[in-house]
Amino acid sequence: MTDPPASPADRVGEHDEDPATPRTVPVRHPGRWVAGGVILVLVAMLVNTLLFSHVERGGVREGRFQWPVVGNYLFDAPVIRGIGVTLELTVIAMVVGIALGVLLAVMRLSPNRLLSGSAWVYIWFFRGTPVLVQLTFWYVGIAYLYPQLTLGVPFGPAFYTVNANVLVTSFVAGALGLSLNEGAYMAEIVRAGIISVDEGQTEAAQSLGMSKIQTLRRIVLPQAMRIIIPPTGNETISMLKTTSLVIVIAGADLWAATQNISAANYQIVPLMVVASLWYLFFTSVLTVGQYYVERYYARGSSRALPPTPLQRLRQELFHIRVQPVPALPEAPWVAPHE
Amino acid sequence: MSKRPDNAPMVQAKQVHKSFGRLEVLKGIDLSVDAGEVLCLIGPSGSGKSTFLRCINHLEKIDGGELSVDGELVGYRQSGNRLYELRDREVCGKRSEIGMVFQRLNLFPHMSALDNVMSGPVWVKKESSSVARERALRLLDRVGLADKVKSYPNQLSGGQQQRVAIARALSMQPKLMLFDEPTSALDPELVGDVLDVMRALAEDGMTMIVVTHEMGFAREVGDTVVFMDGGVVVESGEPKVVLTAPRHERTRAFLSKVL
Ligand SMILES: Nc1ncnc2c1ncn2[C@@H]1O[C@H](COP(=O)(O)OP(=O)(O)OP(=O)(O)O)[C@@H](O)[C@H]1O
Ligand SMILES: [Mg+2]
Repeated sequence: MTDPPASPADRVGEHDEDPATPRTVPVRHPGRWVAGGVILVLVAMLVNTLLFSHVERGGVREGRFQWPVVGNYLFDAPVIRGIGVTLELTVIAMVVGIALGVLLAVMRLSPNRLLSGSAWVYIWFFRGTPVLVQLTFWYVGIAYLYPQLTLGVPFGPAFYTVNANVLVTSFVAGALGLSLNEGAYMAEIVRAGIISVDEGQTEAAQSLGMSKIQTLRRIVLPQAMRIIIPPTGNETISMLKTTSLVIVIAGADLWAATQNISAANYQIVPLMVVASLWYLFFTSVLTVGQYYVERYYARGSSRALPPTPLQRLRQELFHIRVQPVPALPEAPWVAPHE
Repeated sequence: MSKRPDNAPMVQAKQVHKSFGRLEVLKGIDLSVDAGEVLCLIGPSGSGKSTFLRCINHLEKIDGGELSVDGELVGYRQSGNRLYELRDREVCGKRSEIGMVFQRLNLFPHMSALDNVMSGPVWVKKESSSVARERALRLLDRVGLADKVKSYPNQLSGGQQQRVAIARALSMQPKLMLFDEPTSALDPELVGDVLDVMRALAEDGMTMIVVTHEMGFAREVGDTVVFMDGGVVVESGEPKVVLTAPRHERTRAFLSKVL
């Protein structure tokens, strides 16, 4: 892909007839040709095995990957319902996780030892035990330890009592377990973001008379976003796939749905492919979304934003010079107009 | 608007002490600034000038002595024989009456110049944005940046940023302005514009405490020059006297280095 340096290459041929100027011979890269050839062969093998090869199963010759089966189940109703659960779990876990993360991060940075200490212990515990164990705990452990859950005055009278098995369904346990676990990870990410903001910002805000909360919300967090967003995007993508663990607590997500189907019809691999295609689709969507969110929060840190991939594509296809976007349009999310 | 008796000073410090751990930075500062006075604070690096300024708006808490602004103790409320420490909200209220401009350029980078100047009035004083906007535009015009209203800090020169910072501090309609070496981080050719803005402010009668190494400014604009060294006030008086005929050896040594 890399272009050879412009000037010597330009001279090739151009000055052929001029005996005074020596001919420039660009460096050859035989290694690249070999590597390219190898990759080409591998790709051809992959395409062949995916699309064109056959195999004998139980005396029947059929396509190796059984794409028609994949096609049959890709939009099957249980699969679509499973996708709904997967997305719901992802959104809940990330929203609660981020809120919890902000709270824990602020607690950890508090000068109050009790607050920072409890946040530390929380993070230590939830990062230190496997999420699979945590999920199982919320689903079966809670009901085992506390068959009756009670709302009331500590050590005093109870107002409301409920059967744990009724309250903590598989979905609730999944959402709870994933959220609480995510909170611990988000806390560290948010903390890193907050620390990255120059202390002078806090001082300037305080000298205007802003309270600690205002300073955090209006001044520090918006600037911390630039540091917080990229790892949070990774966390979201990771969470989308981690939700598949709820299968161990009778969850009804995408992975569980496809597993249920293949348990009945023994089409194990095609249904794995169905699940994987959907996971890939959603992680791709998230990746694109993350790019644009990052770009948005880069305002104020670079004078002009680089063109988006779409703009770059257009530029390359039509040789249109795209104006660099001025980095800073109106900022409705922080402007003191509300 | 103040309960201050007419002739009481705007800022009064009596034996102000401040330590960071073992390090005693302020060792008994005595000084007073009248309303409308411009006091220039000079002294070698590490002598505690910034620390003293930060004590005035309670960004630092003093360990001993008495410090009052506009007749009220900083950080405490006196009631009878007792001193009650102020709540966070009260401290914020007090700070909002004192403008501060820092050496390091610290405009809010995610907000335009206009939004920077509107932030205090809208968020702290809960003013309507139309009122705040009008005043912000007027202030930006006053510091010569009417055409940079929509610019973000990273699109402004250091001198322009510092002038926006002054406008931001003025937006709270402070009764006292603190400047901590506002021109030290600037290229020499940008210093003049910032000093001009400060000079105009002084002429309008603003009470100002200015930590500065700009001796020309101190001489022309200052009503008083205070020389600090080692956490104490060594010498203070009229600029002419202190800057040209200092009585103390330490002042003389310092001036010979900076002039
Ligand atoms: N937050 C802090 N913690 C510990 N020591 C501090 C702190 N702030 C200031 N100091 C120390 O206090 C002393 C005085 O600092 P200060 O910033 O007030 O000096 P200054 O007179 O403003 O100097 P300069 O002209 O370099 O700005 C220095 O020795 C500094 O290291
Ligand atoms: Mg200083």
